[in-house]
Amino acid sequence: MPIDTGITTELDVQRDHELHEKEKSGTRTMVLNMGPQHPSTHGVLRLLLELDGETILKAAPDIGYLHTGIEKEFEDKTYQQGVTLTDRIDYLAPLSNNLVYCLAAEKLLQLEIPPLAQWTRVMLTELTRLNSHLVWLGTHAIDIGAMSVFLYCFREREEILRIFEMFSGQRMMTSYFRIGGLALPHPRGWNKRVKDFVDIFSSRVDEYENLLTNNRIWTGRTKGVGYISLEDMLDLGITGPMLRAAGLEIDARKDSPYSSYEKFDFEVPTRTENDVFARYQVRVQEMRESLKIIRQALEGMPSGTHQADAPGITLPDREKMKTQMESLIYHFKIVTEGFRVPEGEVYQAIESPRGEVGCYMVSDGTQKPYRVHWRGPSFGNLQATSRLIEGTLIADVIAAIGSMDFVLGDTDR
Amino acid sequence: MLEDIAVDIKNPFGEEAIEVAPDNILNALGRLKRDHKFERLTSVTGVDRYPAEPRFEVVYHLQSVANKRRLRVKARVSGANPEIESAVPVYRSADWYERETFDLFGIRFRNHPDLRRIMMPEDWEGHPLRKDYPVTGTRY
Repeated sequence: MPIDTGITTELDVQRDHELHEKEKSGTRTMVLNMGPQHPSTHGVLRLLLELDGETILKAAPDIGYLHTGIEKEFEDKTYQQGVTLTDRIDYLAPLSNNLVYCLAAEKLLQLEIPPLAQWTRVMLTELTRLNSHLVWLGTHAIDIGAMSVFLYCFREREEILRIFEMFSGQRMMTSYFRIGGLALPHPRGWNKRVKDFVDIFSSRVDEYENLLTNNRIWTGRTKGVGYISLEDMLDLGITGPMLRAAGLEIDARKDSPYSSYEKFDFEVPTRTENDVFARYQVRVQEMRESLKIIRQALEGMPSGTHQADAPGITLPDREKMKTQMESLIYHFKIVTEGFRVPEGEVYQAIESPRGEVGCYMVSDGTQKPYRVHWRGPSFGNLQATSRLIEGTLIADVIAAIGSMDFVLGDTDR
Repeated sequence: MLEDIAVDIKNPFGEEAIEVAPDNILNALGRLKRDHKFERLTSVTGVDRYPAEPRFEVVYHLQSVANKRRLRVKARVSGANPEIESAVPVYRSADWYERETFDLFGIRFRNHPDLRRIMMPEDWEGHPLRKDYPVTGTRY
């Protein structure tokens, strides 16, 4: 007998449909294709639904429409060039991806990262979390019918993107974290920019909550919708806010701190209701906690250099390059040849806005990674789609899959 | 941990890693889940060591939420007949990860409930993450 994996396939849908067709007196069902170009599937997720009236009997997720072979491309680029690919995997949380990739490579190289770079990484990764949660909240609200929240969320997101642009010169594909530290020193005036944002943002979160938390339409569409048992979630590979909304306090920032997260004071918000509304509450609370972390990083930012003392890996100082021949040669060699990374393999996991991002990196001692496997949180989360929506109404599909907060770039890589 | 069936136990970069024979994989994963509280399988993937033999490594990453531990389990399979028992009976999350590994490496998982391509189109030829598959173009 085949094992019940909890994952419905397209074949299952077809078989079930034919079975119902054969029973003359039984239910007549309809097979409906949703996506890959459906606006509420946030990208190119395709769902095959078998419907009895408005009830979903079977739901089969189909992915792969955005597969771009990023893992293969890693093997063809030097370690430092690979950073730019990580931005493009999960394009709503580029800096989280930069971070996990750099941490994995730095573990192999056994590099010591200066405190200034570590704290900046924490600060910008938390801004990324805000950025990602804002996009999630805005689009999720628009799916359910609250148009105005979207406009407010994108107003604040714009400010975050401006901060990213200030630091790295890029709004979305930042590549600001490099192996060995940061790409550039802090820009002039960053302090005030981030402080201004931190000062207003708390009241902006209140604004979103005013619009939604007690809104009768919002609670009606989200409370009690999208339940999936904790056992199923752990077994099917779900991570992140969804687990925390089911009462499990799991967060890589606390469980295995990286990049000096252990020095920051913050809580891991949890809920026990385990529905779409609880996931919304967890994410809103996370925004407030991230704000706390950003404020601490802003106030206690250590002084020092932005790159590790690792000649041959980090680029030499620009001023020295203009006056010293050796520095110029080093610069040329690092840029053209890259650097060798000792043989070995590591798995580094961090907490991205969506859950656990894992970077499994295998080095064979050359300038290019031998193999990079990207454990994207969206891939694991999407596996549970069938369990999440089977047996519910079709109108709840939008709310339920929206609450998973997946990014298809991260799923298909 | 699993001293009786482990071929190799390593501790590189402070991470725990064990290697078992491919025939023991289901046994090993089952015991790790039951006796050592590794509730989660975070990923399954492959590494192609072409032209070395055994050519493929199948890599499983486990996490214990209760004990805050991570573990890497590895098994090597040959290039001529890359086949290993599916981990789905123990960890259901292995389903899509094994499909991905099958799609991109051509490693077959025995008794997998639905072993089809997941990333590439169904009529695709070859397995892109193999080392003898070119990065650009379709042939040399």
